[in-house]
Amino acid sequence: MTEVKRSDVLIIGGGIMGASAAFFLRQRGKSVTLIERGLIGQQASGTNFGNVRRQGRFLPQLPLANRSREIWGRLNELLGEDAEFLPSGHLRLAYTEEMAGRIEQYGRDARPYGLELEMISGNVLRDRFPFLGPEIRAGSYSPLDGHANPRLAAPAFGRAAKRAGAEIVERAEVLSVEQEGGSFRAGTADGRVFRAEQMLITAGAWGSRLSQQFGEPAPLVVHGPQMAVTEPVPYGLEPVLGIATTIPEEIIYLRQVKRGNIVFGGGIRGPASAETLRAYVKPENTLGQLAQITRIVPALRRLNVIRVWSGIESYLPDDIPIMGPSARISGLHYAFGFCGHGFQLGPGVGDVMAELIATGRTSTPIEPFTIARFASSATNQTGGHP
Amino acid sequence: MSRPGQPRFMRLGETGRTPITLTVDGETIEALEGDSLLVAILTARGRLRRSEFGPEARSGFCLMAACQDCWVWTADGHRLRACDTPARAGLSLVTEQPDLSWPNRA
Amino acid sequence: MAEPRLIIVGAGPAGIRAAEQLVAAGLRPVLLDEGQRDGGQIYRRQPEGFTRTPEQLYGTEAARAVALHESFEQLKPQIDYRPRHLAWNVADGVVHTISAGKPGQFAYDALIIAAGATDRLLPVKGWQHAGVYSLGGAQIALKAQACAIGRKVVFMGTGPLLQLVALQYHKAGAEVVALLDTSPFHRQVMALPKLAARPDMLLKGLRIVAGLMASGMAIHRGVTPVEIHGEAEAGVTGASVRLASGEIRRFDCDAVGLGYHLRPEAQLADLARCAFTFDAGTRQFWPEIDADGRSSVPGVYLAGDGVRTQGADGAEISGALAACAALEDLGRPVPEARRAEFRARARIMERFREGIAEAYPWPAHLAADLPDEAILCRCEGITVGELRDAANAKGADEVNRAKALTRVGMGRCQGRYCGHAGAEIVAAATGVPLEAVGRLRGQAPVKPLPVAAGEVEP
Repeated sequence: MTEVKRSDVLIIGGGIMGASAAFFLRQRGKSVTLIERGLIGQQASGTNFGNVRRQGRFLPQLPLANRSREIWGRLNELLGEDAEFLPSGHLRLAYTEEMAGRIEQYGRDARPYGLELEMISGNVLRDRFPFLGPEIRAGSYSPLDGHANPRLAAPAFGRAAKRAGAEIVERAEVLSVEQEGGSFRAGTADGRVFRAEQMLITAGAWGSRLSQQFGEPAPLVVHGPQMAVTEPVPYGLEPVLGIATTIPEEIIYLRQVKRGNIVFGGGIRGPASAETLRAYVKPENTLGQLAQITRIVPALRRLNVIRVWSGIESYLPDDIPIMGPSARISGLHYAFGFCGHGFQLGPGVGDVMAELIATGRTSTPIEPFTIARFASSATNQTGGHP
Repeated sequence: MSRPGQPRFMRLGETGRTPITLTVDGETIEALEGDSLLVAILTARGRLRRSEFGPEARSGFCLMAACQDCWVWTADGHRLRACDTPARAGLSLVTEQPDLSWPNRA
Repeated sequence: MAEPRLIIVGAGPAGIRAAEQLVAAGLRPVLLDEGQRDGGQIYRRQPEGFTRTPEQLYGTEAARAVALHESFEQLKPQIDYRPRHLAWNVADGVVHTISAGKPGQFAYDALIIAAGATDRLLPVKGWQHAGVYSLGGAQIALKAQACAIGRKVVFMGTGPLLQLVALQYHKAGAEVVALLDTSPFHRQVMALPKLAARPDMLLKGLRIVAGLMASGMAIHRGVTPVEIHGEAEAGVTGASVRLASGEIRRFDCDAVGLGYHLRPEAQLADLARCAFTFDAGTRQFWPEIDADGRSSVPGVYLAGDGVRTQGADGAEISGALAACAALEDLGRPVPEARRAEFRARARIMERFREGIAEAYPWPAHLAADLPDEAILCRCEGITVGELRDAANAKGADEVNRAKALTRVGMGRCQGRYCGHAGAEIVAAATGVPLEAVGRLRGQAPVKPLPVAAGEVEP
């Protein structure tokens, strides 16, 4: 075996988490090698909806989301490329009084975290957003949230990291990871070996395959988001729109890109496989979504859907990601399993993980996301204590 | 050469069919029963629509419902694919995309 | 045991002959077709009220067209015929349709996809102008609507359709300014042994050539398209090519029919998860099939120009064969003698197809040589240069990656008309073989799906 590369940090997985971590680690002067099985940003990072949304998130995640939002705001100058971030506002909508109450409560709860939301209802809502359908009762408006192009963001981070001196190795599948004499070692399917002082696993749906080699499996399951896009029409829907609901079929979100296409997703998730690398959109799910988007914006009924797609997203039982240091091995870090809401967090996760790896601490609280919370189930899975 | 508004298609036969009239961008045009919408418009006009991403007029391309380059708007905001929609008397069509307030008119 | 549920998609020559075999075996298949009337594109029927004779419409193929239409009329009461039904998706043994804005679902035990072909296109600078049509489109204007696409028409590209449409236009009274064929004449001569597999077709081809020679229109072979001239508002004003002699010549015209033979409409097969394979002869991916039309997916059969460009006669045979295969797999074997005859004829059709592909080759180098400023994707207005930049500077050496970064193939047509050229451009820019550059993965819907369909209970 030839030693290909030795670096301060070895990142496994080139989604937006890994690519942005590589970029920010270079900014902190660390030498970085990023290994990606396919191409940068090809899986969940490139196929998601593109929401840069903070409202509605798990409250303890807001400091991280805020830090990420700050980076989104200067992303183009930071990367020297346009990821089409549009701070167009985000409107979270409710059909019922009960849900209106919940999003209003969320607005009160989010304020201490620095997220200012504006609750709007009735005629005021309709005057400001005249495209909304009659079933919409109230909305929570987040003026600084918006959307970006997921196909561009992670690759842009990857190229910027490369320009800054990171080693980006694409089309190399890491099969084995281990600790060896105080450093970390990764072996690829084509026989290459990489070594580093520290390791960061940002392998998305494939994260647990690697973390379990360090005795820390995670109960990841994969699903395919059900995405679709219409033909282009004149740009007239400014905010990102999303429904707050407890009924899975009603979950729907949509945004119009500046070029004019309307992207939407939500509802029942589809089949995906981390083994075959395929994910599918079920036709009945698409039809179900069509019924929902016209409830939000009735004028959409005149348009046509031109394409649907899916991707391989990984979910955890408590619907929050794994992020932070390993609970067992010093120098090992994780950031994966973002449960379908990782895109907005991506730049912040990269920044926080770089800070953590470079300084041993982080100014943004991430304790709720520790992999240690699955330690007991991991023991069960490995056949230890009952 | 074809100037704006000058008919693009030329009829070579089958002209004995019943005439019908349609409205395109507010003007009345004559067509024949059995015409596709595309033929009805292009035997009277030079274009069907404009490209969203370029300066040029468009007049369809494949005529077999594959290229999707011949969508026109009805006056009340619906979309029709001109090549495989039969022309009907009295239809009112627009060849320019409606203004930015389109989503406000359900 | 319940009657097996058979679905055929496409009421052209392949679909109709497949239905005929199934009916003969005592079954009542569902025949889904997007068109208003049967016949597909090749034997497309003119609307009610039109009066041209089959000879005027279909020329030398009139007898075959009439035979197919008559077969269909006889079959009609014995099948579940669903015109104006677009099969927009297929999953889990169910074909999803849309008809008059209403969604439908058709579960199947066996699915025969005979979705036909569309023109295979290669961009030329200026092809986005109004007045440029695919060759198939130019033919439909004439066949289905008795119209010419302009007053002075240039036909450019290559393939059998190029010459046929030029002659049809001339005979119908249109002014054909020039026929500009990228294939040099010697390629047709070299392909003669394979073309001789079907002497009748070879003879018809020669008669077309003779008709063109007698027409007086300018005919140039071995040309290199340079530009379709035009103005944003007025559309096409001319077409320039470099002649085989090296001279650049401009032809004034107000319409151009453009095409480079045909490509299979294989989206539905793709959505049914059929495996695809690279064909080096035509430089494209197409679905894998066995000699009888079985795809890689059990219960899914592929026939006609939607899988191999054999033309209408080949489509009729492959449709019949696919139906025989489906019947056999359902435990209802057809008489071996009948199938042996189909297979023998299918081999002839395949040899002739290879001959046509060699006689009128896909000019890959023309895609590689396109200038940066040429529009590649007509839907989204993406230039060749933008794609090259993604391939070179952004490492997009695979078509789906290039699509993600540039939108080439993301427009309304979903890459039908720019996909093959885009792959060639990426291959040439990166030095990666075309086979490895890959193909655009099929994504539903096969054609635009109206949002209003969601408001109707399926």
